[in-house]
Amino acid sequence: MSATSETARLQLTGITKRFPGVLANDHVGFSVRPGEIHALLGENGAGKSTLVKMIYGIMQPDEGEIRWNGQRITVANPKAARKLGIGMVFQHFSLFEAMTVLENIALGMDAKIPQRELEGRITAVMSQYGLKLEPQRIVSTLSVGERQRIEIVRALLLNPSLLIMDEPTSVLTPQEVEQLFVVLRKLAAEGCSILYISHKLHEIKALCDTATILRGGKLVDTCDPKVETSRSMAEKMIGGSLKDIQRGASRGFGAEKLKVQSLSLAADGPFGTALKDISFTVRAGEIFGIAGVAGNGQNALLLALSGEEPNLDHASVTVDGVQVGQMHARARRGQGVASVPEERNGHAAVPIFSLADNAILTARDRLGMVRAGLIDPKAARTYAGEVIEAFAVKATGPGAMAESLSGGNLQKYIMGREILQKPSVLVVSQPTWGVDAGAAAAIHQALVDLAATGSAIVVISQDLDELLSLCDTLAVINGGRLSKPMKVSEAKIDEIGLLMGGIHGEEPAHAH
Amino acid sequence: MRIKLEKRREPSMAMLVITPVASVLLTMLIGIVVFDLIGIKGFKAVVDIFLSPLLASYKWQDVALKAAPLIIIALGLSMGNRAQVWNIGAEGQYVIGALCSAGVGIAFGAAGGFFVILLMVLAGMIGGGAWAAIPAVLRTRYNVNEILSSLMLTYVALQVLGYLVGGPWKDPNGRNFPATAPLIDAQTLPVWPGSTVHLGVLVALVLPFVFWVIMARSEFGYQVRVVGSSPTAARHGGFDSRRTIWATLIIGGAMAGLAGSLEFTGVLHKIDLGFPSGYGFTAIIVAFLGRLNPIGCLIAGIVLAVTYVGGQMAQTSVHIPNSTAGIFQAMMLFFILASDILVRYRVRIIPSAKAVA
Repeated sequence: MSATSETARLQLTGITKRFPGVLANDHVGFSVRPGEIHALLGENGAGKSTLVKMIYGIMQPDEGEIRWNGQRITVANPKAARKLGIGMVFQHFSLFEAMTVLENIALGMDAKIPQRELEGRITAVMSQYGLKLEPQRIVSTLSVGERQRIEIVRALLLNPSLLIMDEPTSVLTPQEVEQLFVVLRKLAAEGCSILYISHKLHEIKALCDTATILRGGKLVDTCDPKVETSRSMAEKMIGGSLKDIQRGASRGFGAEKLKVQSLSLAADGPFGTALKDISFTVRAGEIFGIAGVAGNGQNALLLALSGEEPNLDHASVTVDGVQVGQMHARARRGQGVASVPEERNGHAAVPIFSLADNAILTARDRLGMVRAGLIDPKAARTYAGEVIEAFAVKATGPGAMAESLSGGNLQKYIMGREILQKPSVLVVSQPTWGVDAGAAAAIHQALVDLAATGSAIVVISQDLDELLSLCDTLAVINGGRLSKPMKVSEAKIDEIGLLMGGIHGEEPAHAH
Repeated sequence: MRIKLEKRREPSMAMLVITPVASVLLTMLIGIVVFDLIGIKGFKAVVDIFLSPLLASYKWQDVALKAAPLIIIALGLSMGNRAQVWNIGAEGQYVIGALCSAGVGIAFGAAGGFFVILLMVLAGMIGGGAWAAIPAVLRTRYNVNEILSSLMLTYVALQVLGYLVGGPWKDPNGRNFPATAPLIDAQTLPVWPGSTVHLGVLVALVLPFVFWVIMARSEFGYQVRVVGSSPTAARHGGFDSRRTIWATLIIGGAMAGLAGSLEFTGVLHKIDLGFPSGYGFTAIIVAFLGRLNPIGCLIAGIVLAVTYVGGQMAQTSVHIPNSTAGIFQAMMLFFILASDILVRYRVRIIPSAKAVA
């Protein structure tokens, strides 16, 4: 580390953390200056989370030292971290749905503060940073962006001098991201250091002063993101050259394959989202993207398209000219509809089954794995082997348990299991969620290749970058309604952001 | 020092086999210790209960007769358990099955022969299945837990039994005891010459292999396993959970009904108030000791039958009550359930943490 005139707010030297069989952090060292926005960049499994957990006192390093304003410290637990002035906003919020904003914040405080005083301090913090929140609102009625603001307010109430943000933008609309950046810049200007964990490079370029890149638990580089390009940082992050999606020359669309017409579906439970009058069509060779903030009906839409939730209206879904609305998942698969739900373990795959047994789950009819009621285990093993080979799945073989695979590898297997069946229509949700950049590129390429063979593909994703690079057509789901489809080539980010925030419709996303 | 349970990457096949065997051995060991403490010759008691029936060849047919209903019922129950369907009411389905056989037999009067016996047995299966269909309706339609409904229906079945054998079906020549008239010979199951071993024992030997093929190789068995492991994945794969619940409950009931029918037509030949002998409950132990595996059920059924026969032998040899066998059976269930965790977890002993620097 270069010696700076001022003492670093946080300095890590030689931090090492081992887990059985894994070296999560291998002598990692970097420092964060007061008022600096410092990015921590890396793929899933690069060791970012482990590192910040040690800074926040959730884990202890095996080796190395942490210096706080020059003093060597041991952070025994998160409470000690908060006392030092380290705040953290987690990717997954810990909020009670049925309680108010105020009650949730009060529960998270280490010291007991009278409600009046707390409310006053919350209002002060909110007006200081332009964070809009109503303290008396019930959390279940709030959007994800608003929920994140609760967590931020919670952290700011402690006057932190270091704020750790773990993937804060993964669930936000572009406008919400901008608002968040304004708050973070203001905080930094006041001297608060920010450790910003992300893998979204353009955000890091826009926001951060320094970027520390981790790969496989090791520090790869500490660089200035304003000087680097997104591509150069991505290549440092994955340790190889980034592959672009290869598209065939002719990108014409064929006949209408999937037609959804006035599809409605009642909400599943009090916190579910109902689908309201959804219509769109997807042609052969077309990749149709559905953007939206989590919890706006994406899951319901996947179930309604896969047939796991059949519809009363038989004409609501048509595949290759055949009405399938009332058909169940199995019959729809017979019509050529394949799907990949968001949740891998327990929905797309049975965790305690082998990969071969999991092949039977969705491929048994299309690939003739069942004869006279009896399963042909050899056919299942062979197919599982083909998928493993074609999609470079890291597994011990077709006999490996689904739950023994890493998330990214299981995702590759599940995507491969559906794609190699050559479906007429493929509906996928969050195809690269939690998958590293290399695997994500492979999955994207496989989807493009499948479309090139004349399949119609629907991609439901919260990752707008993914949709913009992958899809031909894009629509936004909000509050169970789907916006008008637009060509990706003509789409404007601002407009998509507004649609994601629910500006167009009669009711906003959170008013159920 | 700390003891920690660590999840295994894959369920341990070795533990799957070792734990049931260890459960039986532990039961024997604890039995010896406890009996010695209360002043009974523990070693002799345990030898009598667990080994004597196997060593004395004249007891083998007793073991076979007791094992047959246990195995048949356990096969049905273990299939249900694989689908996370917990039918605790096999005893009631067993009773209703036997009563249905008796009803068909009475309806045929003096007629007998192969087809009448076949009809009686089929009626037993249908009756048991129908009795189990009640919890199935309640579960799939009203979300009523089948553990409670199937168990409570057992007591209803006992009342039905009491009413029939004490009323409409009471043997007119039976000195007013509440019991049905003994079956005529033409309505009883064929017996191996010179023994008491009836055709039902053969059924109990063959069925485990049939069930094994169904569970391990058939699409239906796959469906049962998927629904039991992950209902959401089952729906994704196009399997109907409700239909699976129906099917496994009815198959479980039909197996219990079959066992009741075979016991009636093959062994007892009449039904009285003592007909329900607890096979339906003991079969739950058999299913778990057999690791919900059909071949495991075959072996576990024989083990439990040995304790039944051995319990009777110990009555005269070491003068302990017959119900001692029940204590041993319960201990086995206790140990097998307690050791279940070793299949999916490994025990790690961690030496005490070094002092923090």
